Amino acid sequence: MTAVGVIFSSMHEENIPELSGHRTMASVPFGGRYRMIDFSLSNMVNAGITTVGLMTKTNYQSLIDHVGSGKEWDLARKDGGMVLLPPYVDENETVINTRLEALKGIVGFLGRCKQDYVVLSDCDGVARFNIQDVIAFHEQKGADITMVTHNQPVVKTHYYMTIKSDKEDRVTEIRINPPAKGKADVFVNLMVLHRDYLLDLVRNATTCGYTSFGRDILSRSVDTAKIYNYRFEGYYGGITSMAAYFKHNMELLDGNVRKELFGARDIYTKVKDSAPSEYGKDAKVANSLISDGCEIHGTVRNSILFRGVKVARGAVVENCILMQDNIVGEKARLNCVITDKNVVIRDRKVLSGCETLPYFIRKGMMI
Amino acid sequence: MLLAGGQGSRLYALTSKIAKPAVEFGAKYRIIDFPLSNCINSGIDTVGVMTQYEPLILNEYIGNGQPWDLDRAFGGVHILSPYQGKVKSSWFEGTANAIYQNLHFMRMYNPEYVLILSGDHIYKMDYSLMLKAHKESGAACTIACMPVPIEEASRFGVLNTNPDGSIYEFEEKPKKPKSNLASMGIYIFTADKLFEYLQRDEDNPESSKDFGKDILPAMLQAGEKMMSYQFTGYWKDVGTISSLWEANMDLLGETPAFDVGDDAWKIHSRNPLAPPEYIGDDAEVSDSMVALGCEIHGKVEHSVLASNVVIEKGAYVKDAVIMAGTVVKSGAKVEYSIVDEEVVIGENAVVGAPKESGLGLEEKGKGIAVIGRNTVVEAGATVAPGVIVDAMKKVK
Repeated sequence: MTAVGVIFSSMHEENIPELSGHRTMASVPFGGRYRMIDFSLSNMVNAGITTVGLMTKTNYQSLIDHVGSGKEWDLARKDGGMVLLPPYVDENETVINTRLEALKGIVGFLGRCKQDYVVLSDCDGVARFNIQDVIAFHEQKGADITMVTHNQPVVKTHYYMTIKSDKEDRVTEIRINPPAKGKADVFVNLMVLHRDYLLDLVRNATTCGYTSFGRDILSRSVDTAKIYNYRFEGYYGGITSMAAYFKHNMELLDGNVRKELFGARDIYTKVKDSAPSEYGKDAKVANSLISDGCEIHGTVRNSILFRGVKVARGAVVENCILMQDNIVGEKARLNCVITDKNVVIRDRKVLSGCETLPYFIRKGMMI
Repeated sequence: MLLAGGQGSRLYALTSKIAKPAVEFGAKYRIIDFPLSNCINSGIDTVGVMTQYEPLILNEYIGNGQPWDLDRAFGGVHILSPYQGKVKSSWFEGTANAIYQNLHFMRMYNPEYVLILSGDHIYKMDYSLMLKAHKESGAACTIACMPVPIEEASRFGVLNTNPDGSIYEFEEKPKKPKSNLASMGIYIFTADKLFEYLQRDEDNPESSKDFGKDILPAMLQAGEKMMSYQFTGYWKDVGTISSLWEANMDLLGETPAFDVGDDAWKIHSRNPLAPPEYIGDDAEVSDSMVALGCEIHGKVEHSVLASNVVIEKGAYVKDAVIMAGTVVKSGAKVEYSIVDEEVVIGENAVVGAPKESGLGLEEKGKGIAVIGRNTVVEAGATVAPGVIVDAMKKVK
C-alpha cells in the first residue's frame, strides 16, 4: 500500500480563537517545543508517507516559517515530500470555508499523485496514531472510508461528529453536533480513503453543489458507502477549547502520557539551535517541562515553559504555560496563566486564572 | 581546513571509540560545533574536515553539513579522509601532511587564502576579522595567539614578536618561553605560499610534517612575513580530561566565563529529537545546564547534563559532566566526574568523590573520575576519584 497525506492546517481554529487569531491551528504551540502540526506530520512520516500536501487558508505565515522545506520531517524531497497547497479559488467560487471546498481546490494535486490511498488529517489532536495500522484496517474491511474515532465524554464544542457502528465496525450513524451526553465515539478528524474514491466524491460533490464533507457526504452516505469506524485507544488530546488546550498541555506532566507520545523520540519539530537551559543557584523547579534556552532563577511548579523563557529571581510560576521568549520579572507571581510568545511580565505583578478558565495574555504584551 | 583526525589520546576513555572533535561538550554540542559555527558565522562556507581516527560518529554527525548551513550547491562541508592514490597511498602523517594530501581539494576551489583550524578548541571567534588583518598586513601567514600565564606557555607553540606584531621566532613547546603569546593553532595562509611550503616540506625527508615544528619555522627562516593576531576572548584547548571538565563548568553561573546562549554568535549543532526536559516533583536542580529529553527526579548541583539523561529519585550529581543518554539510578552518587554517553550507573553506586577546593586537578587519586561510553557501573559498585574506566566495560 502507498498513501499520500493531506493536512488541513486551519480547521477548528474557532475552538481556540485566542491562540489562532494570528496563526493557523497547525502552528499553535504545544508542549514546550512543538506546534500542533508536528503530531499530524510526524504520524504520517512515521507511517512511511513521503508525500504530504499541506492545505492552508489564511494567516499561514507562522506555519510556513515552522515547516520550511519540510527537512526536519525528512520531507524535503525531489519526489513528493512536503507540498504546500495554498487556497485555490477559481472565478466562480468565493473564499474557501469548508473541508469539501478545500478538497475541490486540490483535485489537480490528488490527480497527479500515484499513491493508492489518501490520509486526511486535521491539526487539532495530540496523539501518536499508527496510520499504517489504520490503512491495514481499511484494507482488511474493504472500506470506502475509514474514520478514526476516540471514545470519550462528549463535550459541546463548535463542530464535532459522533459515530455509531455495528459489531463489524461498519458505521451506522453519523451525527453532527449532537447534544452532549455521556461517552461516544468522537471522530478525531483523521480518515483514510482510496484516492480514486475520494476524487469521485469530490467531483460528484461539485456537480451536486455540495459544500460540507461531513453533512453532505459522510452523514448522507452511511447506507450507500462502506464507512468503517477505527477506534483509537491510545492517548488523545483534542484541542476543543482553551480549557482543553490547558488540560492537555498539563497532561504532559504525567510520565505515562509523555512516554506514549515521546518515548520513541519520533515526534519531529523545527529546531532553533537554542542553548541548553540554565538553572540558577536559587532555581526551584518541580513537576515541569522546560525547553531549551530557558533561564530559571525563580520558582517554577506544575508548568510548561517553551524555548527561551526567563524567570527572574523570586518569581513564582505555577500551573502556567509560558510560550517562547517570555520574561517573568522579579517577584512576579503567576498562576494558571497562558502567555503567548514574547510576553513580558514586569517585576512584582500578580496574575491568576483558574484551571477551567486560564488567564490568557496576547502575543507581545507587556504587563 | 579543519584538522579533525587526531586521536586525542589524553582524553583516554572518552576517545577510545570516537574522534576527539566528536566528543560531547556543553550539554548539547560536540566539540566540532564550535569551529564549524565559527566558520559559518564568519562567512566561510567551504570547509574541508580531515578525519582519520575513529571517524564513524564524527562523519555521521557532520553528515551533509545542514545543521551549520554548510549544505551548499557550491562549497559546503566536505569530509576528507585518507585515500588510495595511483602512485602512493598513506594515512595522514602530521598536520602538514594532512593538508598536503588535500591540495587538490583546495585547488578545486581556487582560494586566495586558506584558514587552518583544529577540531579540539572551544571558543567563539570571528575569523573574518583575522582575515582582514591578514590581508591588510600582506603577510604570508598570520597566526592567532593569545596571552597565557608564562608558566603555562611551555605547553604551547610560543610566538616571539616585534612591536608591530610581526613574528621573528616561533618555538614549539619551549622549555624556557621568551614570551607568553601562545599560538592557538589557527593559521591563515596566503594560498600560494601555503601550497609552496607544503610541497617543500613534503619533499624534505627530514621533516616531521607538522605545522608548528616544520612549516612555520621554515617560512620564518626563508624570510616570509609572518604576523601574529591577538585574540582576547574565551579560548580553551579541551585536549585533556581536566581542561574538558573545566570548560564545561565555565558554562555555568549567572555570568558564565563562556556563554553559549549568545544569539549574536549562535553555536549550531544537530539537535536532539526529544521533548523538553522534565523536572520531577522531588527534583532539585541548581547551578546547572540541562538539555532536552532529560528526566530528573534526583538532586543535581553545578553540573552539565546532556540530552536524554535520566537522574532517578534519590540520586545525587554534583560537579559532574554527564553525556547523552546516561542513566543514574536511585541512590547513586556522582561527583567530580565525567560520564560519557549511554552509561548506566547502578543503584547506590558511587562515582568519584567530592571535589576538594584548592586541589590540583591532575593530582593522583583525587582527580576527576571518568567513565567511557556504554559502560555499566553495577549497583553498589564504586569508581574511585581519578580512576578512568574505559568504554563498554562493566564495573562490579
